[in-house]
Amino acid sequence: MGILDREFTDSNIVIAKFEDLMNWARLSSLWQLGFGLACCAIEMMATSASHYDFDRFGVIPRPSPRQADIIIISGTVTLKMAIRIKRLYEQIPEPKYIISMGSCANCGGPYWEHGYHVLKGVDRIIPVDVYVPGCPPRPEALLEGLLKLQEKIRHQSLVKNTA
Amino acid sequence: MTSQEILASLQEKFPNEIFELKENVAGPILIVPAKILLDVAYFVRDNERLLFDSLMVLSGVDVADGEKKILEDGSFEYVGGNLASVYHLHSFTHDHKLAIKVIVPKNNPRVPSVETVWRTADYHEREAYDMIGIIYEGHHNLIRILSPYDWEGHPLRKDYKVPEFYHGMKVPY
Amino acid sequence: MPEFKTEELVLNMGPQHPATHGVLRMEVKLDGEVVVDVTPHIGYLHRCFEKHCEVMTYPQVIPYTDRMDYLAAMYMNFGYVEAVEKLMNLEIPERVKYIRVIIGELQRIASHLVAIATFGMDIGAWTPFLYCFRDRERILDLFEMTCGARLLYNYMWVGGVSHDLHPNFIHKCKSFLVDLKKTIAELNDLLSYNKIFIERTANIGILPKDTAINFGATGPVLRGSGVQWDLRKKDPYSIYDRFDFEIVTGKGEHGTVGDCWDRYMVRVREMEQSIRIIEQAIAQIPDGDVTSAIPKRVKPPVGEIYFRVEGPKGELGYYIISDGSVNPFRVKVRAPSFVHLQLLPILCKGHLVADIIANLGSLDIVLGEIDR
Repeated sequence: MGILDREFTDSNIVIAKFEDLMNWARLSSLWQLGFGLACCAIEMMATSASHYDFDRFGVIPRPSPRQADIIIISGTVTLKMAIRIKRLYEQIPEPKYIISMGSCANCGGPYWEHGYHVLKGVDRIIPVDVYVPGCPPRPEALLEGLLKLQEKIRHQSLVKNTA
Repeated sequence: MTSQEILASLQEKFPNEIFELKENVAGPILIVPAKILLDVAYFVRDNERLLFDSLMVLSGVDVADGEKKILEDGSFEYVGGNLASVYHLHSFTHDHKLAIKVIVPKNNPRVPSVETVWRTADYHEREAYDMIGIIYEGHHNLIRILSPYDWEGHPLRKDYKVPEFYHGMKVPY
Repeated sequence: MPEFKTEELVLNMGPQHPATHGVLRMEVKLDGEVVVDVTPHIGYLHRCFEKHCEVMTYPQVIPYTDRMDYLAAMYMNFGYVEAVEKLMNLEIPERVKYIRVIIGELQRIASHLVAIATFGMDIGAWTPFLYCFRDRERILDLFEMTCGARLLYNYMWVGGVSHDLHPNFIHKCKSFLVDLKKTIAELNDLLSYNKIFIERTANIGILPKDTAINFGATGPVLRGSGVQWDLRKKDPYSIYDRFDFEIVTGKGEHGTVGDCWDRYMVRVREMEQSIRIIEQAIAQIPDGDVTSAIPKRVKPPVGEIYFRVEGPKGELGYYIISDGSVNPFRVKVRAPSFVHLQLLPILCKGHLVADIIANLGSLDIVLGEIDR
């Protein structure tokens, strides 16, 4: 776990780098914007529900973007919706992270060729941290995506902008 | 009632109009002139023997029977031709069905709205307007429904061209 | 005393709102806390399904039908393939028909479970959500062992199904049905007859019979208003005429006929009827090959068809025009949620803001199907 390795025995003092402590706090309580777009949202809901239990990674859905740290783009982003997604993204306070879930959000998915109203990849409007492939990805894949994001946050630096 | 009987009773009610019964693999289709559609709609809904109280679906169709013209950039468009508005009706009381088709020219696609007859037609007509470009006269709020309000063109026309950009976002892959 | 100047307040709900079941935007006009008018704005998930149909071949359209009503993907396949088969006049093997009915009814249960779960969640009950999703996972497991996918299946093909049932399927399905009966009883104790739940849903959003018919309501919404109408019985397709089941209608047990509670309860009771159908189908299912009737090339004759099935959310219709080529000329989908959404302003007028959510949940809409 990194920072708890250097715990003194029989005491409650932990010595850690401030950076590590910050990163540890951030990655362990990633509050998610409760926001579903399309089919993938159902798998996201299934991930939050009893069987897969997203809660155990500290992911709790929040209804307001101002309380959220992470937004999971779960489904097809249409042009009509893209403007709203950009606004939602802008409303999330820093630091913020994006998981692009499913083929549609990654690159347009099955609608890449003839979808006149589909944005071919959410990364055309907002920066994405982790891409989860699949149509739709299984809940395990989404969990893996979250773990990858936690990995990324763990190695973030406070002084150097790594994003 | 069969479609032939319905046609007979319609002909009796509107003796001066020309109806056509088109053969089709899954039941015949009744072709009705656009200008009397609203009267026909009220008649088939309220007549004791017909009572078509339910409009199952209303669809707009681009028939694309105009002259195909290849443009300089390799795309094509249809000059002239027709659009169609199709009504599938069902009666809960008598349990019979009817398909009505209205064909209008593409350069002046005006069809009377049947929203006052069957309220369910509201969204369907807006969709047909949005996707195909049929103008339903008498509709209380004929605006785009699926595409954004500032969208240009009617996507389900056969010669529709996808825009390059929308609000600064690139549309093609 | 000076006169107070009052004016209506316009409240914008969505497209990002936790209780709108997707990307729906509602423009709500309020007088205090009383709803004066609701205008739904849709199209935030318009994925150009009908345009895709025109450039795909008939079998290639099937995966796109999955993605319309993603909560009942099997049933979307079902309606489409039945429509194309009817257009082609194709005879399919008996075993395929039974498999389709079993899978279709399982999908109906799964869809209703989500409807009940999210309805409960919108009203404020979190526990039923967890219970329903637990049981839904077992249906998804059954589907996964049948065709390999969890949510979007592409399972029913024109003329057959992609895979035969797994040898273990029948056994697992039977044990699931036994457990589901217990869950339904549990759900009734937990949610259906809960005092708070009844207070929130009874006498809210009353939909009279005539209005329902004129607005084209179908499925649980129409049955909730007390109309005995189910396409599986009244206009039978596939082999539904071989099974014995009842049409569940709303009776107004805790309020007026056609209120939110009735629409909710129709779904709960329909799951029991679906269990009955599956049990009968499992007892009768014959042996045979499931892929023998799949045509090499799907090329229907020139013509058009409107074919409808009783989807979990209501009448699901496909209007297909064929010009004799391998691509459909035009496919229009009559999506039940699209039609039901028109009812929302009628249901909400005069109620409180909180009841908008109850009304919306009781209609059980799916945005993928509305926007297509």
